Amino acid sequence: MALISTRRALAFSGVLAVALSATACGSGSDGGSGDTASSGGTSSIDCAPYTAFGDLKGKTVTVYTSITAPEDGPHIASYKPFEECTGVTIKYEGSKEFEAQLPVRVKGGNAPDIAYLPQPGLLKTMVATGAVKPAPAEVVANVDKNMPDFKEYGTVDGTFYAAALGANVKSFVWYSPSAFADKGYQIPKTWDELLALTDKISKDNPDAKPWCAGIESGDATGWPATDWVEDVMLRTAGPETYDKWVKHEIPFNDPSVATALAEVGKILKNPAYVNGGFGDVKTIASTSFQDAGQPILDGSCYMHRQASFYAANWPEGTKVAEDGDVWAFYLPSKTAEDRPVLGGGEFVAAFADRPEVKAFQTYLSSVEWANERAKTCGSGGCVTANKNADASLLKNPVDKLSAEQLTDANATFRFDGSDLMPGAVGAGTFWKGMTDWITGKDDASTLDYIEQSWPKS
Amino acid sequence: MVSSVVQALPVGILPEPLLRAESTGGKFLLMAFAVLLFAAIFGLVLFLASLFKGREGEKVQGFLFALPAIFLLAVGLLYPAILTIIQSLRGRSGEAGFSLDNYVQMFTQPELLTVLRNTALWVVLVPFLATAIGLLYAILIDRARGEAFAKALIFLPMAISMVGAGIIWKFVYQYKQTERPQIGLLNGVLKALGFETQQFLLDAPLNTLMLIVVMVWIQAGFAMTVLSAAIKAIPDDIIEAARLDGVSGFRMFRFITLPSIRSALVVVLTTIGIGTLKVFDIVRTMTAGQFDTSVVANEFYNQSFRYNAPGLGAALAVLLFILVVPIVTYNIVQMRKEA
Repeated sequence: MALISTRRALAFSGVLAVALSATACGSGSDGGSGDTASSGGTSSIDCAPYTAFGDLKGKTVTVYTSITAPEDGPHIASYKPFEECTGVTIKYEGSKEFEAQLPVRVKGGNAPDIAYLPQPGLLKTMVATGAVKPAPAEVVANVDKNMPDFKEYGTVDGTFYAAALGANVKSFVWYSPSAFADKGYQIPKTWDELLALTDKISKDNPDAKPWCAGIESGDATGWPATDWVEDVMLRTAGPETYDKWVKHEIPFNDPSVATALAEVGKILKNPAYVNGGFGDVKTIASTSFQDAGQPILDGSCYMHRQASFYAANWPEGTKVAEDGDVWAFYLPSKTAEDRPVLGGGEFVAAFADRPEVKAFQTYLSSVEWANERAKTCGSGGCVTANKNADASLLKNPVDKLSAEQLTDANATFRFDGSDLMPGAVGAGTFWKGMTDWITGKDDASTLDYIEQSWPKS
Repeated sequence: MVSSVVQALPVGILPEPLLRAESTGGKFLLMAFAVLLFAAIFGLVLFLASLFKGREGEKVQGFLFALPAIFLLAVGLLYPAILTIIQSLRGRSGEAGFSLDNYVQMFTQPELLTVLRNTALWVVLVPFLATAIGLLYAILIDRARGEAFAKALIFLPMAISMVGAGIIWKFVYQYKQTERPQIGLLNGVLKALGFETQQFLLDAPLNTLMLIVVMVWIQAGFAMTVLSAAIKAIPDDIIEAARLDGVSGFRMFRFITLPSIRSALVVVLTTIGIGTLKVFDIVRTMTAGQFDTSVVANEFYNQSFRYNAPGLGAALAVLLFILVVPIVTYNIVQMRKEA
C-alpha cells in the first residue's frame, strides 16, 4: 500500500525512498537500484585519507541501519570506492526494527561497528550506555569543513560523536502546478499570503478544501502534526526561541508555543480549510500520512505540507516536477527574506574504534562519499548533509530543490525538534498530544499535558 | 553487573561462528549442535536416574527428571521475572534508587488510568461475551442438522492470528466520507441504509468496544467448541431422568446443563480472561493505542521500547502479572477439584 513503511524511522530515511519511488513512479524504468548503482562503482577517488589508517586489507566493518531493501542498494554501491581503496569489506545490515533492536544489541554486547541513527535523541540514549565511541579527529575535521550546521546535533555533553549522513527538508508544501495555473493562484511568499491564499481557495472552491493533512502512522501517529508545529514555531517565534523550546529552557506551554499552535490551528482546525478529500477536521487523525496528500491529484485538495520524502508517495506515473503533476513550494515565513528551514537526517555512530572503522567514518563524512552517493543513486533521494558536495550531480528534481534549501546561504537550518527532545516527549507525548489536539483537545490543555510529561532530571 | 555476566555467558560457551551462525551451513551446524546438546543432557539425566533404585530411589528419579525443566524455568522465567520486579522499583529508567514512583505514576497519571480503565473493560466484557455467545451457539446447534458446518463457521476465526484479525476488522471499520465510495463494510452498510458514515475507531470509549468485538469474534469459537463438547458429554440418563421429571426448556438448561458443564465454563472463562489481559496485537494493529484505546500490554511495550522508560514498563508488566495470578490460581484449584 504505502511505498515507505509507516514507521517513523523510515520516514526519516525516507529521503532515500524518494530515490526509488521516483524511478518506480516517474519512469517506471525498473526497481533496479542495483543496476543503476553498479555503474558508479568504478569512479576513482583519492585513497590517501584512508590508507593513512594503515593496512586494512581483509578487515570488515559492520553497518546496522533502518534503511532496508530496496533503498539499501544505492547505499551499498556508494561504499565501493572505499572498499577498493582499502580492501575493507563493508557488511551492511538493514532492519525495520532498527530502533527497538539497536539498544537490545548494544546492551547484549553485540553492537555493530557503525549504526545510522535517524534521531539525535537516540544518539543521546546510546551515548548514555557508554558504548558509543567519540568521532576520530579526521571525522571532526571533515565535519567542520563540510557540515558545520549539523555538528551540534551529533554532539552530546560537549563531545562530538556522530557525523550527519543523509539529510531531508521538511518545510515544503506540496501542490499541483496545473491546478494553481488554472485558477491563477500564485505561490505565496509570506505566511500572510499563505493564509490569504488559503481563504481564497476555500471561497473559490465549494467542492474542495485548501488543505489536506493526515497524521496516522501506526504507533508513531501524530508526528506529521509535530512537524507542523515545529515549522510554524520557527516562523512565529524565530530560531533562537525554537532552540530554547527544544532544549526545554522555556516550558512547553510557553506563550510563544501557544502562539505557534494557534497559528497551526488556524489551518488544521478550521473546518472550512481541511480536510480536502477526507472529511472533517477529525479525519486528520485517522488519515495515514502516506494517503494524506493524494487528494491534490483529483482536485479535492490544493495544498499539503510534508517533507521532501513525500515525493515517494505519489502513485506510479505522477510527474513530480515544477511543470509536472505535483511539486512543492517552500513553506513561507513572516517575510520573504526570512528563510528558516526545518529538516532531518541520519547520524553515523560508531561502537568500535578499530582503524578500519575510523577510516570508514572518515569516508562517510567526506565530499568524495557525498558525491559518490549522488552519482550512484541514479534516481534521486540522495541529498546529504555535506554542503561541499557537488549539487549538480543530483539528478532528481526534488533532490535539487532540497539541496538548494539546505545550501542556501540565507536559510537558517533547524533540526526537527521532536527528534531532539527526550524520547518520552519527542516520540511520545508530543505525538499523542497533537493527535488528541486534532480530535478535539484545546490548545492550552494540550500544551499543559506535554509540559507535565517532560522528564524531570 | 550480574546481568552483564549472564549476557556474556553464551559467548563463553559457544564458539564465535556458532553464536552468530550467519551462513546456511552455520545454521545447520548450530542446529546439529543443539540436538546433540539436548541428547547429551537427556542421556545424562537417564543415566543418573538409573543409579537409584527402590522406593526412595523413585523420589530421586522424579526429582532428576524434573531438574532440567526446573532449571529452564528458573533461567527463562523466574530470573527475568525477579529482574523485572527489581527494575519496576528503580524509577523511570529502571536504574535509579529504589522507590515506588512507577507505581504511583501508574495510578495517578490520567493517561495511564485510561489504560487501566480500558484493560478493565476488556477483562470484564470479553470473557463473558465470548463465553455467552459460544454457549448460546453451542446449545442452539446441538444435534441440529449441519452441526459440523455451523461449528466450523464460528470456529474459523480462531485460526486467524490476532494481527490478521485486526487488519481484517480495520477494513470493516474503514471510514470514508459519506459521498465517496466506501471501502469499509460497516460504513458501506450504513451508507446503503441512508445514514452518515462513522469513524468507529476515533471516539472513546466506543472505539474500545469496537476493538473488543474483534476479540469476542475470535474467542467465541473457542468457547463454543469446548462447551459443545462438554454438553455432549452430559450422560444421557441424567437428561432422560430430568425429562421424566417433567423438566424442559430453560429449566433444563438452568438445572441440568449448566451444573454439568460448570467446570468447562470455568476453564473457558479463565482461559479467555488470561488471553484478554495479555491482549496486545489487536490494539497495536488497529489503533496502536491511539485515541485512548491503549491497554496494559500495549502501554508496557510503548514505555519500555519507545519512550525509553523501562522502569515504568516493568511496573506495568508486574501489574499484568499480579492481575493474571489470581485467575491462574483459580483455574488450577478448579482443575484440582475435578481430578
